[in-house]
Amino acid sequence: MTASRFFDNRNVLGAVFMLPAAALLVFFLTYPLGLGVWLGFTDTKIGRPGEWIGIENYEFLLTDGVFRLSVYNTFLYTAVASVVKFALGLWLALLLNNNIPFKSLIRAIVLLPFIVPTVLSAIAFWWIYDPQFSIVSWVLVKAGLMDHYIDFLGDPNLARMSTIIANIWRGVPFVAICLLAGLQTIPPSMYEAASIDGATPWQQFWYITLPMLSPIIAVVMTFSVLFTFTDFQLIWVLTRGGPINATHLMATLSFQRAIPGGALGEGAAIATAMIPFLLAAILFSYFGLQRRRWQQGGSDK
Amino acid sequence: MHYLESVTRRWVTVYIPLLVFLFVLLFPFYWMVITSFKSNAELLSTSGNPFWVVQPTLDHFRKLFFGTSYPKWMWNTVIISVTATFVSLAASVFAAYAIERLRFRGSRQIGLAIFLAYLIPPSILFIPLAMMVFQVGLFDTRWALILTYPTFLIPFCTWLLMGYFRSIPFELEECALIDGATRWQILIKIVLPLAVPGLISAGIFAFTLSWNEFLYALTFISASENKTVPVGVITELVEGDVYHWGALMAGALVGSLPVAIMYSFFVEYYVAGMTGAVKE
Repeated sequence: MTASRFFDNRNVLGAVFMLPAAALLVFFLTYPLGLGVWLGFTDTKIGRPGEWIGIENYEFLLTDGVFRLSVYNTFLYTAVASVVKFALGLWLALLLNNNIPFKSLIRAIVLLPFIVPTVLSAIAFWWIYDPQFSIVSWVLVKAGLMDHYIDFLGDPNLARMSTIIANIWRGVPFVAICLLAGLQTIPPSMYEAASIDGATPWQQFWYITLPMLSPIIAVVMTFSVLFTFTDFQLIWVLTRGGPINATHLMATLSFQRAIPGGALGEGAAIATAMIPFLLAAILFSYFGLQRRRWQQGGSDK
Repeated sequence: MHYLESVTRRWVTVYIPLLVFLFVLLFPFYWMVITSFKSNAELLSTSGNPFWVVQPTLDHFRKLFFGTSYPKWMWNTVIISVTATFVSLAASVFAAYAIERLRFRGSRQIGLAIFLAYLIPPSILFIPLAMMVFQVGLFDTRWALILTYPTFLIPFCTWLLMGYFRSIPFELEECALIDGATRWQILIKIVLPLAVPGLISAGIFAFTLSWNEFLYALTFISASENKTVPVGVITELVEGDVYHWGALMAGALVGSLPVAIMYSFFVEYYVAGMTGAVKE
């Protein structure tokens, strides 16, 4: 009796129920997060424990052209891919929100690129971007638009563009399906009232759809920016950071230096350098969520 | 408003853009399938129509299944994904119920911490995790992945299940409490049966996330027979500068099939899981 009473206390039972999740997360998430930051201040190599060297890693990285290029690439990659994913995703969501035949089938097909393992679909892109057998080049040459095959992944700028396109291809379905879910929560009566008042479709989009959708846009885009910023798989499969380090993102450079290169401390410093940007994105998301409660006129649920 | 639009206008503004979207989104899959059935001679020939396959062959699949460790990778991926999913789901059910329903002191803060944990990407954690995995002697074992995948699965599943538990009326639990049920009985006999759709959503999403994971598997595993499908295909099917495109495509296709098939059965749950995680 006393034992069951003890476990009916919500604080005690809450602690017991939280235990498995909390133990796994503290040991495999919080601790490594701290360990990673600490490693960034040491000169640890694979097979050799490091010593505290202060901010030497960061001082070196600031003078390292490859690191600076990777920061530039990361921002370029994130900015271009996110903007395009948002624009195309919103467009696709609006298209899917129409009354179309086979709607649920089409919606299911649209999400396919997001479901399939990124690495495996990246292999398909690798083959599409092949310098000798690229199907895109083949079509362009046959159509008379090009006289030679394009070396998609061999030229720095082309390689950046090609990886961004592959990222957009995978990200658009996620943005579109999430925004579609948001679109479906907008009451049709708003559009009816607006059209009775003589609002044009463009005005309806600008004054009803966009404001009603903005909270979910904030959250979806935060996720999208976050995962694009820390992307690893696509770059690793398509270019491994090449040609001549031109497409390294901070995540791939961190891997390159730490695992094949053996410089764990330096790799950890590069990974830690991503944290301030992630914090900024997370704060943005947090305020996006706050705004949502206010916008829906409700109190905290 | 649709009845006011002419048919032509509707084709230009809706159907044609939609068809272009579908074509672009599906083309890489078509290309993957077509390539995996082409013979090497056909792959490398510059004449003929590359969009079709003249003599389909199963050579690449045969090489994949009998010439490489592919079946082994597949088996590893299944074991790791299923175990990691069940471990995470079990831990998440208790955590979500405690945060959402027991309302213990500090539950709100813990809920927020869980959300923030979901936003911490593997790219930041893999180096310290690699050191830990090595130090505890789990390097190059399935356990390295089974224990680390919950770091991104638990936050996601907990967050999703919190939303589901929130939608179950309090009154049901109050009735049970008055009838003398313990919290454990309430969770097992009332809340869980009502949250089955949420459990399915969280489960298949977690399975897909584990199946697709790449960075941890690439870092923590080195022996060929311990690899997962995504890592095995990338690291073992390329010999030097020789790309076995047919086998690579076959590997990508077969590796995508399990998640694609599961997805086709549970589309609604999947979409609910994805949009639910974003909306809450």
